[in-house]
Amino acid sequence: MQRYSIFSLARNALNDHADWERAWRSPDPKPSYAVVIVGAGGHGLATAYYLAKEHGIRDVAVLEKGWLGGGNTGRNTTVVRSNYLNDDSAALYEKSLQLFEGLSRELNFNVMLSQRGLMMLAHSPHELRAHQRLVSAMRLNGIEGEMLSVEQVKALCPILNCSPRSRYPVFGASFQRRGGTARHDALAWGYARAADARGVDIIQNCEVTGLRLEAGRIRGLETTRGYIEAAKVGVVVAGHASVLAAMAGLRLPIQSHPLQALVTEPIKPVLHRVVMSGAVHVYVSQSDRGELVLGAGIDGYNSYAQRGSFHVIEAQLAALKELFPIVSRLRMMRQWGGIVDICPDASPIIGKTPVEGLYFNCGWGTGGFKSTPGSGFVFAHTIAADEPHPLAAPFALKRFETGRLLDEHGSAGVAH
Amino acid sequence: MSRQIERLATGGRIDRTKPLAFRFDGRRLQGFAGDTLASALLANGVTLVARSFKYHRPRGILTAGAEEPNALVQLGERGASEPNLRATQIELYDGLVAESQNRWPSLDVDLGSLNNFAAPLMPAGFYYKTFMWSPTVWRLSEAAIRKMAGMGKAPSEADPQRYVRRNAHCDVLVVGGGPAGLMAALVAGRSGARVLLADEQSELGGALLGASDTIEGKPALAWVAAAERELAEMPEVRLLKRSTVFGYYDHNFLGVLERASDHLGPAAPGPRQRHWRVRAKRVILATGAIERPLVFANNDLPGIMLASAARSYVNRYAVRPGRRAVVFTTNDSAYAAALDLKAAGIAVAAIVDLRAEPVGVLVETAREAGIEVLTGQVVAVAHGWRRVHGVEVGAFYHSGEKLLGERRAIACDLLCVSGGWNPSVHLFSQSRGKLSYEEGRGIFVPGQSFQAERSVGAANGAFALAACLEEGARAGAEAAEAAGFAVPAGADLVPAAEAPEEGPPEVLWLVPPLKEKRGLAKHFVDYQNDVTAADVALAAREGYVSVEHLKRYTTLGMGTDQGKTSNINALALLAHDIGAEVASVGTTTFRPPCTPVGIAALAGRDGGEFADPIRRTPIHHWHEAAGSPYENVGQWKRPWYYPKPGEGMHEAVARECLAVRRSVGILDASTLGKIDIRGPDAVKLLDLVYTNTWGDLEIGRSRYGLMCDEQGYVIDDGVTTRLGPNHFLMTTTTGNAARVLAWLEEWLQCEYLGWRVYCVSVTDAWATVGIAGPHARKLLSELSTDVALAPDAFPHMSVRSGHVAGIPARVFRVSFTGELSYEINVPASYGTALWTACMTAGAPYGITPFGTEAMHVLRAEKGYIIVGQETDGTVTPRDLGMAWLISKKKPDFLGRRGMARPDLAREGRKQLVGLLTKEPGFVLPEGAQIVSEVRRRPPMPMIGHVTSSYASPILGRSIALALLEGGRKRMGEVVRLPLADDTVIEAEVVDPRFYDKSGERLNG
Amino acid sequence: MHLIPCPWCGPREESEFACGGEGHIMRPADPEARSDAEWADYLYMRANPKGWHRERWLHRYGCRRWFNLIRDTVSHEIKAVYRMDEPAPKLEP
Repeated sequence: MQRYSIFSLARNALNDHADWERAWRSPDPKPSYAVVIVGAGGHGLATAYYLAKEHGIRDVAVLEKGWLGGGNTGRNTTVVRSNYLNDDSAALYEKSLQLFEGLSRELNFNVMLSQRGLMMLAHSPHELRAHQRLVSAMRLNGIEGEMLSVEQVKALCPILNCSPRSRYPVFGASFQRRGGTARHDALAWGYARAADARGVDIIQNCEVTGLRLEAGRIRGLETTRGYIEAAKVGVVVAGHASVLAAMAGLRLPIQSHPLQALVTEPIKPVLHRVVMSGAVHVYVSQSDRGELVLGAGIDGYNSYAQRGSFHVIEAQLAALKELFPIVSRLRMMRQWGGIVDICPDASPIIGKTPVEGLYFNCGWGTGGFKSTPGSGFVFAHTIAADEPHPLAAPFALKRFETGRLLDEHGSAGVAH
Repeated sequence: MSRQIERLATGGRIDRTKPLAFRFDGRRLQGFAGDTLASALLANGVTLVARSFKYHRPRGILTAGAEEPNALVQLGERGASEPNLRATQIELYDGLVAESQNRWPSLDVDLGSLNNFAAPLMPAGFYYKTFMWSPTVWRLSEAAIRKMAGMGKAPSEADPQRYVRRNAHCDVLVVGGGPAGLMAALVAGRSGARVLLADEQSELGGALLGASDTIEGKPALAWVAAAERELAEMPEVRLLKRSTVFGYYDHNFLGVLERASDHLGPAAPGPRQRHWRVRAKRVILATGAIERPLVFANNDLPGIMLASAARSYVNRYAVRPGRRAVVFTTNDSAYAAALDLKAAGIAVAAIVDLRAEPVGVLVETAREAGIEVLTGQVVAVAHGWRRVHGVEVGAFYHSGEKLLGERRAIACDLLCVSGGWNPSVHLFSQSRGKLSYEEGRGIFVPGQSFQAERSVGAANGAFALAACLEEGARAGAEAAEAAGFAVPAGADLVPAAEAPEEGPPEVLWLVPPLKEKRGLAKHFVDYQNDVTAADVALAAREGYVSVEHLKRYTTLGMGTDQGKTSNINALALLAHDIGAEVASVGTTTFRPPCTPVGIAALAGRDGGEFADPIRRTPIHHWHEAAGSPYENVGQWKRPWYYPKPGEGMHEAVARECLAVRRSVGILDASTLGKIDIRGPDAVKLLDLVYTNTWGDLEIGRSRYGLMCDEQGYVIDDGVTTRLGPNHFLMTTTTGNAARVLAWLEEWLQCEYLGWRVYCVSVTDAWATVGIAGPHARKLLSELSTDVALAPDAFPHMSVRSGHVAGIPARVFRVSFTGELSYEINVPASYGTALWTACMTAGAPYGITPFGTEAMHVLRAEKGYIIVGQETDGTVTPRDLGMAWLISKKKPDFLGRRGMARPDLAREGRKQLVGLLTKEPGFVLPEGAQIVSEVRRRPPMPMIGHVTSSYASPILGRSIALALLEGGRKRMGEVVRLPLADDTVIEAEVVDPRFYDKSGERLNG
Repeated sequence: MHLIPCPWCGPREESEFACGGEGHIMRPADPEARSDAEWADYLYMRANPKGWHRERWLHRYGCRRWFNLIRDTVSHEIKAVYRMDEPAPKLEP
């Protein structure tokens, strides 16, 4: 792998940048692999990378029906954080954040991790209580977190409307300093390049059309580029988990919904933190290019269309303007949608399936981007060892039967 | 004030009788009504108007419309300041103030342009390759990058203007008021169909406004005027000018932004912008086409302009965009521009035509007019810095990647370029129509439709005026008929347009560089984001060969212009670089909006007090007068506490609590959800949704119930009273009332369709005044009531009807405070009357209004739960110690099977307990976690958390409720809670009922 | 942005409705007799097809009635709308 650095940039500048190599190859599929990963999003590429790096399994292909990183990896709002309530979730997301923190150097690709701090606003004493519970749990799980007073919120984010007269005034916030954003495309590209360098075949424009099973075991995959034999298959296809599961005769407690996002035109920096508000339904950050990046609410219906309904966007912008009055004369520049696979408890499903050699990693809902490194790490282990990684074990499908759910909807928004 | 040195003496559609003063970067200038900021700047000889995003190169005005990538300015001042507006779309008004953006210290001398020297180090995606050696380096670099990035500035004050949203339904929406759109609207309108015509310019006419065509032998604009008059007279037709259709969504829903008063400035009365939400039966897309720039060295200099834009400035605005022009083209349309320029007195030094043998009528006309036509030639490079001052032209003769042959220098201060026309297919593509690529003209045209729409005219690749009219008429008739209207005979007659026959165009994606090294570094593809042909080549070389990868890696097309002038050139270059067909490379997804839309307009009036409905109780104004701060509970405003002068919250709440415990308090409980349930199957319904049984409840008696979801978790609680054999009144928690009603309805409508029972929300119909405390009965008896109040006659958990203070009332004897208490329900309009009567009668007892906070303390002293505080959607009745509420007789109720699942039935789950801190004065923070083992450093195993915690005035110490693993078996144990300040608090696990465990007081 | 033909009120904006997920989910008749796996199925397993989907909607800010509809989850086309007491129309492939 050609090293990236300021020196290689300078060297190549002398030669009109004509000597840069391909970031990843474009191989034809081989007839057979030890492991095939379906889905070249961040999670799939990370899985392949850790299979090669941590487990020495290099006979790996990643199949992608479109272009790598083109699903939710390239459609999210790039927020990273690990402020989760349940021990099991906190451990997994924290593992992910820790991997993020060394990732640019590890991959030799700047994923532009920007730990600017992330605040979640509380708009009532009731919400404040829930945040205190969260922060208290985070700290005892070894994850830094703190509560902010209204004054502290205002100091960290001067453009926020902290007026006590607003419809839902700010009562305070929970704050994770290590939270922030990372560049979503770079995450996919960095993993792709590093996995490719370790011998992983990334095969784009190759759609899986069927799974071949024999005696309860996976044998291979039918694809638009022919049959590919595989000893093990890991499926990580956000937005299409149910479709792939159906190919193996499996059912998942997953619903696919549109999730929309948007950016404003670029402006000079005004927002230096990531700000989230559950009650007013806003999450927003300002990108390095200057755009405000916003996530909207989930559309209520099932869809595979990568587009949602416009009234959701209108509500989103009204909420944004309510919290940040100065955005009034800014303009929405682009809006888009992704498909999120949602589990009943808003936690993912990671692990083995009733089909031997077939593994699923899905149901990340709105939390997929931030979990990419951790998800790939534990999924690679699960595939390599044919046994869930300890961090992944609580996320097995079985929990829906026993009722041991990992509810991450946050406290029910019910009062009095 | 400077003279308009570049204003032509005659012509144009400006109003020379209305001079308008404006300022640009502090310079006082003048234009005329009808000008855009761009045309007015050009009229004043201002050609340098912006700096580019990355290299801060000088930029001028490239276009005359919405596709402008360069000329972005900050418009207005203070709260009405707005960044990144296109000068080509800003209509001039008197007193307009605009500033250039993203430059320091000034537009002329911008230190940011030093980036040009570092440009070799900053190819596309350079930041992915460096700044990695330490997090600190990246943090500092990122801070610098952020400072450099962005363009205009957000205003720092509140927006003084108003915005509205409107819904519109129509049979036919016509997008675009050029010849095709007008023709379509006319024909559809003549059928009587309801037509909405939206056009983004200030005047109808589209491309005709800048051209010099004729229709039926007269100037085309005369036909436009006649069409507008006819349309204006049709009662079912609405014309929306200055209105951009920005998004095409499912089921023919389109968003339209009308800039209602932008052209009058921020002082204009009325709403500034109007967001039309249009639902159309049929849509006709007559969005025209956008001229394509050509990619050659230094093609971004100020003074380089699309040929059609130059023509527009001359014809429409009577402005000379330069004194000496060169025209560089691949097609005939630029000849018309050259001729119009020449007619306006601008020297046309040469037309440089890629085509070896151009054959159109216009070519001959140009030659006859004495313009030198250089065929088979290209502009190899433009020279200049703050403005173009010359070009080098030569034969299109190249080997490999390099342009060869002799070149000739031509001086000019205006270079008009035309690489052909791209149909504006943004909306078509958003509607999920499929594009198809036309090799010969190098354009993407609408193919298969997905929704009920049709593209016509230039948007459909039909560039000739006659074809535009033809297609418009046909589509108008089709759409009207599809919407159920008959087009009268002759209504679709197409007027004759005489236009010179055009010769075939050629396609040119790139003028090869003069030298190989750094040869493409100044061949700009995306002006706004400074993406060059070299960047595209680099992306291709590194394997970013999906068009989406190209876009994301180079940021191509991701600027505010949405790549209107760059996308097609870029993907053709990519195709060339990777040796693929343009058609197979395809376009990036066209994401809405096709032109950026103001946030305020989309938000409409949903802000401030309209952010969410506000619900106030009938007694609200009394509380307000009493100075009570409000707590938001759902949409309700509830009195939180009633501070006396000098009191803080803590003191007020303590006083209120003690008053209830010792004398009598009064509470506005009107917000409690009330659902009237009637019908022979009412008991069946209650038995279904609550965990306990209801058939044996006597008329006039009340019972507490817990409501669970099918998983077995508590979702609501409340008291339900039997008012008649088949008549119940259910109460719910305040914030949950709507959800509970919806829950009941869902079961009745979707599962138990035959049940005869009706549920009606009566929350708003009643005002509820609670009086609680040892003197409550005495007080009530004094309110001249006809209700027998003796404990035997009116026991706890029952209801009586009668009059209170002369008002017809239902009196419930229920208690959430643990004291003797009554909830008096009267028709809502009597609420304040009842309240004040109680206050007057209660004065001798020191009656004390108490708010939600005191209520919470009082209920916690009794160990009563609040759903949403003691529960979080994962708590079962057993967890709450309410197994006694789960009927053993009923075979079934919602949640019964769910709570029997292994994890919900297991021992050792978190259970509700009381906590008493060792230090009685210390109030635990709510949300604090209980650990099984205190360690020096985390992680520490957590076994529970505090759900409620208060200072209890009556007990003179703190109390807390908590959910604790295996809590009921831990009574008497001491548990530990590490806090944020690293202290560890010890507390004893106790029964959650802290006060009056036997219930003597409320039964008294 | 769907235009939803409420069987009681006619076509109305999507923003007036709430989607209740898959339609025709029946509550098992004898819950106590169901295994944990069967109960999990009833609680959590819902069809999630890419294509035609039978689902139920509530006209929340209108007549407040539930009804069924058949909708394509890719094109968002609505094929049929019917009341809760009406049988589901057959879906041609």
